[in-house]
Amino acid sequence: MTATDSNEAVLQYAVRLGDDALVLGHRLSEWCSNGPFLEEDLALTNVALDYIGRARMFYSYAAELSGDGRSEDSFAYLRDCREFTNLLLHELPRGDFAFTMARQYLVDEYALAFMQALLESEDERLAGIAAKAVKESKYHLRRSRDWMLRLGDGTAESHCRLQTAVDDLWGYTPELFELDALETSLVAAGVAVDSAALRPDWEAAVRATLEEATIELPQADWSVRGGRQGIHTESLGHMLSDLQFMQRAYPGLEW
Amino acid sequence: MTKEHTEQSPAEVEQRFQTRIDAEEKIEPKDWMPEKYRQNLIRQISQHAHSEVIGMQPEGNWITRAPSLHRKCILLAKVQDEGGHGLYLYSAAETLGASREEMVEALHAGRAKYASIFNYPALTWADIGAIGWLVDGAAIVNQVSLQRTSYGPYARGMVRICKEESFHQRQGYHIMMTLAGGTEEQKAMAQDSLNRFWWPSLMMFGPHDAESAHSAQSMKWKIKRQSNDELRQKFVDQTVKQAEVIGLTVPDPDLKWNEERGHYDFGEIDWEEFNRVIAGDGLCNRQRLAHHVTAHEEGQWVRDAITAYEDKKRQRADRRAA
Repeated sequence: MTATDSNEAVLQYAVRLGDDALVLGHRLSEWCSNGPFLEEDLALTNVALDYIGRARMFYSYAAELSGDGRSEDSFAYLRDCREFTNLLLHELPRGDFAFTMARQYLVDEYALAFMQALLESEDERLAGIAAKAVKESKYHLRRSRDWMLRLGDGTAESHCRLQTAVDDLWGYTPELFELDALETSLVAAGVAVDSAALRPDWEAAVRATLEEATIELPQADWSVRGGRQGIHTESLGHMLSDLQFMQRAYPGLEW
Repeated sequence: MTKEHTEQSPAEVEQRFQTRIDAEEKIEPKDWMPEKYRQNLIRQISQHAHSEVIGMQPEGNWITRAPSLHRKCILLAKVQDEGGHGLYLYSAAETLGASREEMVEALHAGRAKYASIFNYPALTWADIGAIGWLVDGAAIVNQVSLQRTSYGPYARGMVRICKEESFHQRQGYHIMMTLAGGTEEQKAMAQDSLNRFWWPSLMMFGPHDAESAHSAQSMKWKIKRQSNDELRQKFVDQTVKQAEVIGLTVPDPDLKWNEERGHYDFGEIDWEEFNRVIAGDGLCNRQRLAHHVTAHEEGQWVRDAITAYEDKKRQRADRRAA
């Protein structure tokens, strides 16, 4: 890779990680004033804030690498569905509280391991972002894992809702551990995380939590992928029309 | 009740309470207090808590649409603060013997109110600016005064809340300043928002002193420290100047500096509108309440799950101990 190619590759990688964080942060922020009780409402928006903050760090870095005047907001507000490259799991509509917490738990187990690995990146800026993210994700995971136990081993209704959520989410998890050419080359350069290598530990941790939560491990015979190539569920377009409304209705203004 | 009190006649006990109030002593949860003082405080503090919580809706309505990531983060943090204020206030009311469940139930049944300003819709991004600048601005004027309220937990809660509210007011003003200094379209958006939120903000201070149902007794007990009209005047005086600085026009043809009084004179509030909106004719009355009721009802299974899980955990621990 030439220096320019490598710059572009890191930029794209930072945007991917920014997209993951932004769309999940957006989904969490939708809970504002809708939480099951006030304390939880605040906790959910607090996690949303961490994720949106994380998106800003990745996008800002991408903007710097681009050197063409783009800003963090250019990435968030001025790209359409096909240009968003988040993993699909992050974009799924928030669903009920069980769906939100199950998704959060699956993501948190992944995000913590991922960010710990990103700490070792040759790219100091990415490693710096990871350092902050690791602290947050540790706390997120403690919380979401607790919720898995409470909901799974709570009432018949909460158990049933959580089982349904885990079943509905399961087919979106294989994508977390797949690498395309871009990521493979960045892994070789010591920049990106080899997410495929995270899978065994992730599965072991999830298996243990599900067992403790009395939830059955899904025997999913389906899996969906496409996010990193800009192929999304239809829900993303609606999210973007909400997220990007102001920048689209009033192009080019400062707010 | 302490022994000392039981030996006194009820009138003497009340007199002793009033003496403490007059001496600016704070009343604490375990102190004796007249039942009406307690009820009056529960009404006021729970209404204040409900206002913080219902107020999350118009702003929450703009979190997903905030025009930049920076603004989005600030708004998210602000709305979280409002929810946090709701929590301190519910706790302060709980020290008076009201449970959070009862207070929420009273809100849902329409027995407890929230600030009527939130029955107005947040239609544009500028409304997020106006809510911070004017609505939080009005709330601060009231809350600064309440830092000296006679009930200790309420007064201390206000000290904490005021610190955060002044950040909210500044962020709202900053949004308005940015719009007012932007394109014609942005400036018009800011002016339109000021036009819609100005009078409702003045209404936040409640009826004129002469017509205020709870005022006289609340002032005597020092639950309230300054009258509705005094606080409203203070708000007008500080806000008119802020509007001038950013080139927006306060929508009141009668607004005029009165040299003699050292205050702005301002026009009469449309009290008919005030009463109409409180009574249910606001754009959002039914939606705000329905939203809160729905979230609460949809959360029931989650709250039940926590209870069931904790019970099971306890039972398991008991079995292990046995």
